[in-house]
Amino acid sequence: MTLAELWTAYLWPLIVIVAQSVLLLVILLVAIAYVLLADRKIWAAVQIRRGPNVVGPWGLLQSFADLLKFIVKEPTIPAGANKGVFLLAPLVTCTLALAAWAVIPVNAGWMIANINVGILYVFAISSLMVYGIIMAGWASNSKYAFLSAVRSAAQMVSYEVSIGFVIITVLLCAGSLNLSAIVEAQNGPLGLFQWYWLPLLPMFVVFFVSALAETNRPPFDLVEAESELVAGFMVEYGSSPYMMFMLGEYVAIATMCALATILFLGGWLPPFPVAPFTWVPGVIWFTLKCLFMFFLFAMAKAIVPRYRYDQLMRLGWKVFLPLSLAMVVIVAAVLQFGGLAPK
Amino acid sequence: MIIPALFFYLFAGVCIAAAFMVIAAKNPVHSVLYLILAFVNAAGLFVMMGAEFLAMILIVVYVGAVAVLFLFVVMMLDVDFAELRQGFLQYLPVGALVGAIFLAELLLVVGAWVIGPGVPQTIAAPIPTGVNNTEAIGRVLYTQYVYYFQAAAVVLLVAMIGAIVLTLRHKTGVKRQDIGEQVARTKATAIEIVNVKPGQGLGA
Repeated sequence: MTLAELWTAYLWPLIVIVAQSVLLLVILLVAIAYVLLADRKIWAAVQIRRGPNVVGPWGLLQSFADLLKFIVKEPTIPAGANKGVFLLAPLVTCTLALAAWAVIPVNAGWMIANINVGILYVFAISSLMVYGIIMAGWASNSKYAFLSAVRSAAQMVSYEVSIGFVIITVLLCAGSLNLSAIVEAQNGPLGLFQWYWLPLLPMFVVFFVSALAETNRPPFDLVEAESELVAGFMVEYGSSPYMMFMLGEYVAIATMCALATILFLGGWLPPFPVAPFTWVPGVIWFTLKCLFMFFLFAMAKAIVPRYRYDQLMRLGWKVFLPLSLAMVVIVAAVLQFGGLAPK
Repeated sequence: MIIPALFFYLFAGVCIAAAFMVIAAKNPVHSVLYLILAFVNAAGLFVMMGAEFLAMILIVVYVGAVAVLFLFVVMMLDVDFAELRQGFLQYLPVGALVGAIFLAELLLVVGAWVIGPGVPQTIAAPIPTGVNNTEAIGRVLYTQYVYYFQAAAVVLLVAMIGAIVLTLRHKTGVKRQDIGEQVARTKATAIEIVNVKPGQGLGA
């Protein structure tokens, strides 16, 4: 093999992939810094407070000040902790959360990897997220952390089931596991009324609530319920490992928002396929829809009181599971007998 | 050609090393974590073979659900490692026998590739061209083998119901929340409005 072949076959694609990944990560991390700030500001506004407003104009640089503080602090490892697993846990959380973005299409053709089983990949990554929490809880060698790990394992496994069925209903309508194809399947003359949130409205609600539970957001944050478990699995963590948990958590929330956008809100498609809307680039629509989903997440955190654990389990297994199973059957039947099934 | 080979050896090497560590690790929780590493690398190998659907299902089902429950149980166990190692020599013959049987079976399976006449063809042509992996599996599973597939599902369902029946206990004397009952309460059954005269109270 000559050098020129090596360059065109391997080196140049490698450089392109690395450059794309770095670009995506930088944009994502800066966006996460402001999403975190927005979360605190929205929460504050609901409670008629000001929220962070000291660092920078309107507190815009608060997240970066926090970052600096986390980095320069000394990480402490408890004497009784299992050192390797203790440090591996935040890394696992953070890396997995970021890895999910490799397949998210932010515009037509704008993704790092356009794989056939994109939706399954995101689902697999989100099901792996539970390991960061379990490993942290076990390795901390603390009762609070361990209780939290046990709770999170049960909670995330339960709500994954209903998320899986929600995804299946969308797949039945779209006829593909590829995320771009799912978005394209929602394209039509009716614009936003043709996106799947309307025909699959119950599933959209189930997906939203399950996404809250899957990312351990309030009202399902029993994993870190501060009034009983202090901070749950994160109780022994400080400085950069803690930061990686927080980062992983918010990236996972962003992933869930992106997934909701792709599955139910038509991804990068404009709300109406007519002139002034189609001039706006798809990535803007995608971002706006993600931000709208995140606003719903933040409002749920600010408004809804925390569930009790048995209520959480009841909701997952006795309400969402039968409902989503029934919807899979209904949607499949309507598509089959209504002649609407995608080829 | 060299890059896929490199990735193959990376996944295969890590997979085998992790599988070895599953039995070599002293701490059972570490064993389960190594098992998960082995699963993930096996999924990588599936992707290398073009079986991306199987790879993702392996991760979702085995790593995302089954291994979580493994880890759950192992973390709860209160294992005394010194006691565990005491019986090592005593159980060695049985363990060695099981190991030898497994080894023989593995050798037979690998040997069948060489000996069996029809096997090379089935290995060589797995995916029909023009359809993706998921579609190919779906076509085979839901047309050719649909009854076997349904039968397997029924077996799983029976096992699941069996497990629930065996473990379900309705203890008496435990307070349970019945949401339906709570929601069905009316004003008449829930509150009583009493007109209390000043200075008299509710006492009898």
